[in-house]
Amino acid sequence: MKKVVIIGAGTGGTMMAHHLRKDLDKSNRSVTIIDERKEHYYQPGFLFLPFDQYKPEDIVKPIADLIPEGVEFINTAASRIEAEKHQVLLQNGSTLPYDILIVATGTEVAPEEIDGMAGEEWGKSVFTFYTFEGSKALRDKLRDWQGGKLVVHITEMPIKCPVAPLEFAFLADSFFKDKKMRDKVDITYVTPLSGAFTKPKATATLEYLLKEKNIRIEPDFAIESVDNEEKVIRDYGGRSVPFDLLVTVPTNKGREVVEISGLGDDLNFIPTDKGTLQSKKHPDIFVIGDATNIPTSKAGSVVHFEAEILTDNILSYIKGKEMKKEFDGHANCFIETGEGKALLIDFNYDHEPVTGTFPIAGIGPLRLLKESRFNHFGKLAFRWIYWNMLLKARPIPFVSARMNLAGKDF
Amino acid sequence: MDKLIAGKTISVTEEGFMTDFSQWDKSIAEAIAAENDISLTPRHWEVIDYIQNEFKNDIPLSIRKIGKSGVLDIKEFYQLFPMAPLKTATKIAGIPKPVSCI
Ligand SMILES: Cc1cc2nc3c(=O)[nH]c(=O)nc-3n(C[C@H](O)[C@H](O)[C@H](O)COP(=O)(O)OP(=O)(O)OC[C@H]3O[C@@H](n4cnc5c(N)ncnc54)[C@H](O)[C@@H]3O)c2cc1C
Repeated sequence: MKKVVIIGAGTGGTMMAHHLRKDLDKSNRSVTIIDERKEHYYQPGFLFLPFDQYKPEDIVKPIADLIPEGVEFINTAASRIEAEKHQVLLQNGSTLPYDILIVATGTEVAPEEIDGMAGEEWGKSVFTFYTFEGSKALRDKLRDWQGGKLVVHITEMPIKCPVAPLEFAFLADSFFKDKKMRDKVDITYVTPLSGAFTKPKATATLEYLLKEKNIRIEPDFAIESVDNEEKVIRDYGGRSVPFDLLVTVPTNKGREVVEISGLGDDLNFIPTDKGTLQSKKHPDIFVIGDATNIPTSKAGSVVHFEAEILTDNILSYIKGKEMKKEFDGHANCFIETGEGKALLIDFNYDHEPVTGTFPIAGIGPLRLLKESRFNHFGKLAFRWIYWNMLLKARPIPFVSARMNLAGKDF
Repeated sequence: MDKLIAGKTISVTEEGFMTDFSQWDKSIAEAIAAENDISLTPRHWEVIDYIQNEFKNDIPLSIRKIGKSGVLDIKEFYQLFPMAPLKTATKIAGIPKPVSCI
C-alpha cells in the first residue's frame, strides 16, 4: 500500500488528487489531501472583483466539493514536515506518515516585509488585490473613489501571475473611462523590473500599450518604505512616488510550514528539480505550483502542465523506474488589456513569448502577443475551464504539456 | 554583438552585458563603470568580487540576497551603484543580467 499525502488543496493539490485517483492502482494506494481552509478561490478572479466585473460568489467553491471520491480530505493545517521521518504533523494533533509527499502550499503575500506597508493606511489608501479579502476591500474603495493619483506597484520578484499588476493598470484605465472620470485619475505603474515585463518582445508590446493608455511607468524601483503620513513610496535610490491610492503586490513568500520544516530558500520556496519536480533534498518529496523555486511563471496554467508531468513521474518513481518526463517551463497566460480585449502569451524556459497563432498552428483561433476580442473571451472562458476541466485534470484539446514551437514567429 | 571596450573587442548583448566572462579584466570593468559615471573604489571591488563569486557558485542574484549577504546593505549598494544597482554591478562584473524570475 502506497500512502500519498498532498499538502494544499488549491490549484495544484486538487489537480494531483484527480490525476492520482485516475492513474494509481486502486487496490494499492491511499491518497490524503490536507488544507487549512474550507474554500477554494479562483484567484484569477481577484483581478476582476475590484472592478465589479465578477461577484464574490463567482470565484469561490467549497474545497470538499472539488475533491474526488476515494481521496480523503482533512481540513486542518500541516504544522511541520518531518522529512527525515517521512511524516507530517498536523495542527489537529495527529501525525500522517507518507511514502510520497506532494507539497502544493502555494505562496502568500507578506506586506510586513516592507517598512510601513502594513501600516496606518493599509485598507484605507493602501490595498492589494492578491487575496480574496484584499480584492473585495479594494472593490468597496473603488466604488466611490473620487480620483487622484493611482499607483499600481510590485514590491519584488518573483510574484505569482507576474502580468496581473499590469492587467490591473489596464483594467483601471478602462474602468475610469467607463465611469467618465479618467481625466481625474493619474495612473503610474511602479516596478522593480527594468521594463513592463521580463522578456524583451512582450515588454515592447506592453510598453506600447501603457503609453497608448497614458499610464506612466517608473521602472527599476526597489521599494524601501511606505510613508503613511506623506503618502509616498520611497526607494533605496532616493526616488519617491506620491499616491492617493496605492494598489501594491507585496512580497510573495512560500508558506511558513516550509520555513519551519527547513525545506525552503530565503523566500521559503522549495529547491526543486526543474525537469522532474522532485525536491532536490528528499527523493520522496515532490513539489508543484507556486511553492517551487523553478524559473518559470507562478501561474495556474503552469500548474496544469506540471501536474501531467508530475503524475507520470510519480508513477515511474513508485515502480522504481527512471523519471523520464521533463517539464519545459511551459506557461500560457491571457493578459487583459482593457476595453474588452486581451493578449495571449505562450512560452517556456527557453523560448520567450512571440507573435503567432494558438493553439492550432497557422489557424488559431487565438492570436499570440496581439490584442483581440477573441482573446478576451478566452480569458473569461478560462474560469469555466478552470472549475470544470483544469481542476478535474481533464486535458485541454490541442494544448500539450510541452510547449509547441509550431505557429510561433521566432 | 562586438563592442570596443578599453581598447579590446568584447562580445556583449544589446544591453551591454558581456557574454564571455573569459574576456573580462579589471581595465574592462573600469571602462564599463566609467560609462555609467562610476569610478571604482576598493569598496566597489569588494562588491564585484562577491557578485562574481556568487555567480560562479550558480547562486541566483537578487537585491534581497545582496541585502542579506552580510557584505553590504541595500542602501549602500544603491550609493555605490546608483539607479539600478544590480544591473549596473553585474554589467561591470562581466556576468549575465540577473533573471529576476518571471
Ligand atoms: C490576482 C491573481 C491573478 C491571477 N491570474 C492568473 C491567470 O490569469 N492565469 C493563471 O494561470 N494563473 C493566475 N494566477 C495564479 C494562480 O492562481 C496560481 O499560480 C495558482 O493558483 C497556484 O496554485 P498552487 O496550487 O501552487 O497554490 P494555491 O492554489 O494558492 O493553493 C495553496 C493551498 O495550500 C493551502 N495551504 C498552504 N499552507 C498550508 C498548510 N500549512 N496546511 C494546510 N494547507 C495549506 C492553502 O490554504 C491553499 O488552499 C493569478 C493569481 C492571482 C493572485
